[in-house]
Amino acid sequence: MAGEPPAGGPGDPVPTVAERLAFYQRAGGIVTPLFTVVLAFFAGGLVVLATGHNPLRTYKAVWDGTGLQWFFTFGHYHITIPGTHHHVFFWWNTDTNGLAAYNLTQTAILTTTLICTGLAVAFAFRCGLFNIGGQGQYITGAIVSVWVGSSWAGMAQGLHVFLAIALAMVAGASIAAFAGFLKATVGAHEVITTIMLNWIAYWTGSFLFGRGGPLQNSTDVSVPISNTVTKSGMLPTFWGNPELQALHVGLFISLGALVVFWLTLNRTTLGYQVRAVGFNPEAARYGGISVGRNYVYAMAISGSFAGLGGAIDILGWQYQLGVLDIQVSNIGFIGIAVALLGRNTAVGVGLAALLFGALVNGTSTRGLDSNVFPPQLAGNLTLMIQALVLLFVGADVLILYVWNIRKKLHR
Amino acid sequence: MAESTPPVLELRGITKRFPGVVANDHVDFDLRKGEVHALLGENGAGKSTLMNILYGLYKPDEGEILLNGKPISMSSPHEAIAAGIGMVHQHFMLIPVMTVAENIVLAAEPTKAGVVLDTSAAERRVRELAEQFKFHIDPHARIQDITVGQQQRVEILKALYRHADILILDEPTAVLTPQEAIELFDILKNLVAEGMSVIFISHKLNEVLEIADRVTVLRRGKKVDTISREGATEASLARMMVGREVLLRVEKPPGTPGETLLEVENVHVVDDRGLEVVRGVSFKVRAGEILAIAGVDGNGQTELIDAISGLRHSSDGRVSVGGRDLTNASAYAFLQNGVGHIPEDRHRRGLVLEFSLAENVVLHDYAKAPFASKGFLHLGQIFAYGKKLLAEFDVRGGNERTRASALSGGNQQKVVIAREVSRDPRVLIAAQPTRGLDVGAIEFVHRRLVEERDEGRAVLLVSLELEEVLSLADRILVIYEGQIVGEFPPGVSEEELGIAMTGGTRAGAAA
Repeated sequence: MAGEPPAGGPGDPVPTVAERLAFYQRAGGIVTPLFTVVLAFFAGGLVVLATGHNPLRTYKAVWDGTGLQWFFTFGHYHITIPGTHHHVFFWWNTDTNGLAAYNLTQTAILTTTLICTGLAVAFAFRCGLFNIGGQGQYITGAIVSVWVGSSWAGMAQGLHVFLAIALAMVAGASIAAFAGFLKATVGAHEVITTIMLNWIAYWTGSFLFGRGGPLQNSTDVSVPISNTVTKSGMLPTFWGNPELQALHVGLFISLGALVVFWLTLNRTTLGYQVRAVGFNPEAARYGGISVGRNYVYAMAISGSFAGLGGAIDILGWQYQLGVLDIQVSNIGFIGIAVALLGRNTAVGVGLAALLFGALVNGTSTRGLDSNVFPPQLAGNLTLMIQALVLLFVGADVLILYVWNIRKKLHR
Repeated sequence: MAESTPPVLELRGITKRFPGVVANDHVDFDLRKGEVHALLGENGAGKSTLMNILYGLYKPDEGEILLNGKPISMSSPHEAIAAGIGMVHQHFMLIPVMTVAENIVLAAEPTKAGVVLDTSAAERRVRELAEQFKFHIDPHARIQDITVGQQQRVEILKALYRHADILILDEPTAVLTPQEAIELFDILKNLVAEGMSVIFISHKLNEVLEIADRVTVLRRGKKVDTISREGATEASLARMMVGREVLLRVEKPPGTPGETLLEVENVHVVDDRGLEVVRGVSFKVRAGEILAIAGVDGNGQTELIDAISGLRHSSDGRVSVGGRDLTNASAYAFLQNGVGHIPEDRHRRGLVLEFSLAENVVLHDYAKAPFASKGFLHLGQIFAYGKKLLAEFDVRGGNERTRASALSGGNQQKVVIAREVSRDPRVLIAAQPTRGLDVGAIEFVHRRLVEERDEGRAVLLVSLELEEVLSLADRILVIYEGQIVGEFPPGVSEEELGIAMTGGTRAGAAA
């Protein structure tokens, strides 16, 4: 009806949650996450300053550590036309072997996995579930893929890789679906159950690859680590020296996962159900949709994304899984920050994964120039900025409020 | 009030534009001392915008506000309060865990030595006010423990405590029971007797005629007229509001009932707290008739409907649709067997507010051809179907891609009805289908329900509104404490129904 402004329009005195969400998606879809990140880096900079270091120089060093400057190094380069001796002038950096290029591949490797663990959290979110179990599902996938990848030597490479990835996804899906099943049947909260399952995966892995464990290295019995993935189980690499962790084709698999995520949510009946349950379970139930069944489906799909992440890491560059790897890994947890910052959308998760991938790599002791910022503090800088982002993501209502006032003043 | 009394408040030529719409178009409004002036209009007519301008929440694009003849500018609620204007919103702004007195003095607390809250002074002042205006309220009670009607009184007291002499009430009866509404009107009469002036926003004709001295009608942002209550009738007000003749009571020929399509036998249902709230209900609804279940809210209607639409299990009894036993079947099974259900709460259940309208109209059939095949959605078909239905049911305020949350209540309800009716159900359950709607939309819903009856559907209407029941039903059942306590023909008097609804004539029941 004519007359009133559309509900949720800026300046409504008391917007409902739904109106606020609608408005948020129209007005702040990209603005708020950007603002969140800027705010987090600003606050992080203040802490760097407090430790007696120059925040601008530190951030420059972090930037250099990410390898992303590789894209911005223009100059006079030339490339050789394949099969000839002719050189062609090229303004883009053609140095694919330098330090910047190396750092870039490492950032890309981290981004690859973070996309998967981010999607694992995001998909469940869209069904109204908070999947804290990305870490456990990732480890489960890694365990299964290292077991498959290191067995059956001599299988055709394509089949071996496919099998290792597929079984890892099934394993990740199973452990996550179990949490969904418990939620659907007895109402056990998924936050609690997925955290518990994380520990189950953690200790199962520690047992399997620990000394004397059933999957421990068969040649070197003193090291708590798995067998190495056979040649046929490895993902092909395409950039860098394989001895020094080259960039593997898993990157394209996880980019494909982004597309699958988007398609599933927006173009399939399953995605329709999942979103309906996520927005309003009562209305979904009334519509004839089984809420409990969708909890199981959504968790299974979430878990398969995390399991895929585990498989890609193992088959792409790690090739082995040790007890120590399992115990220090936190890439599944960073996935939570990726999903939240990426607003649980495909594009958002992709960009947020790149941000966190770059951040983790840029602040690693390997990436960060130790003359600028002490390496022993560098890891904490990542954790801090990550925590600040999470903190400020929760503050988007506040940002909206400021935005509303600004709009009102413009009237 | 005599014509010569000068207005305490005057709005002149108020215009407010929002992107795409003119919410208020040169609206004039004046309020005299000691009167109740009703502001009447359909949802979206611009009533709330006008009052938000007066209360300092919006800035008008044009026009001026005069208080006691002097122009003032209102740029925030604080200034409005300082100017003696108080507003009671539809949604109360109270803190549940604090007491009545604490809520009333909030942000203007009496203090001892400037810092310590003077609780006894606060309570004394609240008690004085309550006595002056004949409120019955305990200043010590916590907000969470008192009824909605009492919470509303706390809001009014809040305004009085801040020395308001002009009170704006935004649809105050929407949340009240009929009894509470009568009490509110008594309070308002006391207030104007004490010299206060009240602006009463509403879209309910009967209460406007009961309480208002004068009525200003808005339609699509423009003022239609200001008239005094004398000589106004519900029909004349409805015509002014909607801009055309409105049938307040739908005309319907007698129904021609056919075979029984919905049969409920001795159904018992337990609610969430484990109490048996439906205790052995039986009835039949035949094709081509409207069976209405009347009753005061909370007598088991909600749980009964849930049980006959697959949303809640019954602990005993039998439900069958078209001869097929569907006792405790899933919601999906009910949908597949031709049951349409207009739920009582369109926000909680009827719509996914974050979905587009097109996504909402396929809520039951999204997985079926032509909307999907092999697990993939056919968005083109879904949007085309949404567009067709919205046009057919005259849904305004958005297109098929608009989010459901952006529509007014009446249009949201039209979307729900469009979805349920277009599935060609054999049985149509309509639970409080006109709750919160204005006269134009109510007319639409009523006409549609009668049309559905004439199409040969079995219509079950569950309503709290006696007028609605009397105007639509072919047969009337009264539910009281989970049991059917009587069956009445449509010609029954309101009094007789009212008595049955409160458990009065159980002895004479013949269910």
